[in-house]
Amino acid sequence: MPLDNPMQHSMSAEFDRRNLDWYIDKLVQVLVFMAGISAIIFIVGIFTFITMEGVGFLLEGFSFSEFFLSPFWEPSDEDAPEYGALALIAGTASVTGLAMIVAIPFSLGAAIFIGEFSTGKSREYLKVLVELLAAIPSVVWGFIGLSIMNPLIIELFDVPVGLNVLNAGIILGLMAAPIMTSIAEDALKAVPDRYREAAEALGATRWQVIFKTVLPAAKNGLLGAVLLGVGRGFGETMAVLMATGHSVNIPHSLFDPVRALTATIAAELGETAVGSPHYQVLFTIGIFLFVITFLINLTADLIVRGIRKG
Amino acid sequence: MKRKLFTAVALATTTLFSGLSVNAADRTLIQNKGSDTLVNVAQAWAEEYRNVDPSVAVAVSGGGSGTGIAAMINGTVDIANASRKMKARELEMAKSKGQNPIQHVVGYDALAVYINKNNPATTFSFEQMKEIFGRGGKATKWSDLGLKVPGCKGDTIVVVSRQNNSGTYAYFKKAVLGKKGKFRQGTLDMHGSKDVVDLVEKTPCAIGYSGLAYATDHVKLVCVSKETGGACVNPSVATASDRSYPIARPLFMYTNGEPKGAIKTYLDWIKSDKGQCILLKKGYAPIHDVSCG
Repeated sequence: MPLDNPMQHSMSAEFDRRNLDWYIDKLVQVLVFMAGISAIIFIVGIFTFITMEGVGFLLEGFSFSEFFLSPFWEPSDEDAPEYGALALIAGTASVTGLAMIVAIPFSLGAAIFIGEFSTGKSREYLKVLVELLAAIPSVVWGFIGLSIMNPLIIELFDVPVGLNVLNAGIILGLMAAPIMTSIAEDALKAVPDRYREAAEALGATRWQVIFKTVLPAAKNGLLGAVLLGVGRGFGETMAVLMATGHSVNIPHSLFDPVRALTATIAAELGETAVGSPHYQVLFTIGIFLFVITFLINLTADLIVRGIRKG
Repeated sequence: MKRKLFTAVALATTTLFSGLSVNAADRTLIQNKGSDTLVNVAQAWAEEYRNVDPSVAVAVSGGGSGTGIAAMINGTVDIANASRKMKARELEMAKSKGQNPIQHVVGYDALAVYINKNNPATTFSFEQMKEIFGRGGKATKWSDLGLKVPGCKGDTIVVVSRQNNSGTYAYFKKAVLGKKGKFRQGTLDMHGSKDVVDLVEKTPCAIGYSGLAYATDHVKLVCVSKETGGACVNPSVATASDRSYPIARPLFMYTNGEPKGAIKTYLDWIKSDKGQCILLKKGYAPIHDVSCG
């Protein structure tokens, strides 16, 4: 503390800088510091919380092979509860997978158009609209899945129920696309203009410039965008709860109803006694989801950072 | 000067708080939560009870039997509604948290088996329902039961069930699939009694179960027989009351310890003719014979 040295104390009060402004300054410093580290505090706090709630089951009733290999999810049975999450994992994976198949062409196409082709006002409008799309609440998407897509799928494909992998995958794909578009567009923007100029100087057409020069150069950023979209898909709850049909089932086709990990927590947690094995196994699912999304986001972040540095 | 200000503030605060507590004291609040099956009738009781005793306010919320029981275990409600009995494990947990749940039967509910209006089926035996709903059951297509359902493309039976901690789910499982029985994989697990009926109404291939009180004109109720080929009983308030309908279940309210004071008066009123008539009007069977005007 340089301010506390005896020289300053011996000085007269006029030179003491600790007036009201000084205190306000210190206070603001502390507040800004707290705000800065709050994200870290929260993430550590949340992880500690879900681990504490789920750890009892992990230590006692948890069977690694049952959780990951059994499709039977019957945690509320009194005599023989079953804690197999395979069908739930398959449900989440199938819906997220289909969502990516839907979202990748959409978002990459949109990013290329916004970043490379459109100019001026139309570009600004498009960017605002994409951000607006990202702001639609997930329950609204779920509602679209339930009341518009459901009858449409029944009508088009002659299937008994329209709440299935296809419905949820399309909904989730549309939800993930705006975020992926924004990040992919950033990645394209990060490619220096001199690359494009050099390619054009060599006589490349516009298509060749984008396909042979810009996309390869932005490859890491685009991969990061896709991974963040996957993370979004894994974590989405409300829309998949409404659009999947909520059925414990390993899907064999696009038209099979499934159930997602997140939706299972949402549907069951409110009704279980706090501290019961059922409650704890739901938190175990929470830990699993947390670890997966953390790994996906971390990988995406590392990849995006990689391109910025290189 | 400063001291005077302090006294004034302290005085104002005390007055404010004492004012609040007086207000709270002349209205007793009963927290009532749980079963979706019971929520409609619980709400009707609460509303009517306002006229009976204006000094008591009953706050009703749904969420499912599990929610109500969990709240009872955690000590956050006065009365928990449940469409199933508390499990031994739940009772243990309640005891360990210092709660002593006491069970009161407040009515009976027939669980109806719903099918789409276009479905030609009229009767199902327990054995057939086991094949349809149970794990390992052989009936996955309507033709397996010798039925042809108009409008049902692909012939698949779409089995509609409830989420696994609903009282309706637990009761149906025990009554129809047996103590060791389990539901098949791939049932659509709805989050409320009404959702089951809605889905069955819209889906020609569907079959589901839900409380009789949720029946509408747009769905069909199945006549249920215990033995294959035996006489079947239609679900109704009358057949639930005389216990001839095989899947009728008691509806419970749980209190912490023997009810006292306002809670006791409220429960007594619910069990009285007046309360039971409201229950009857909502489509449930009363616990004793009543004559409602």
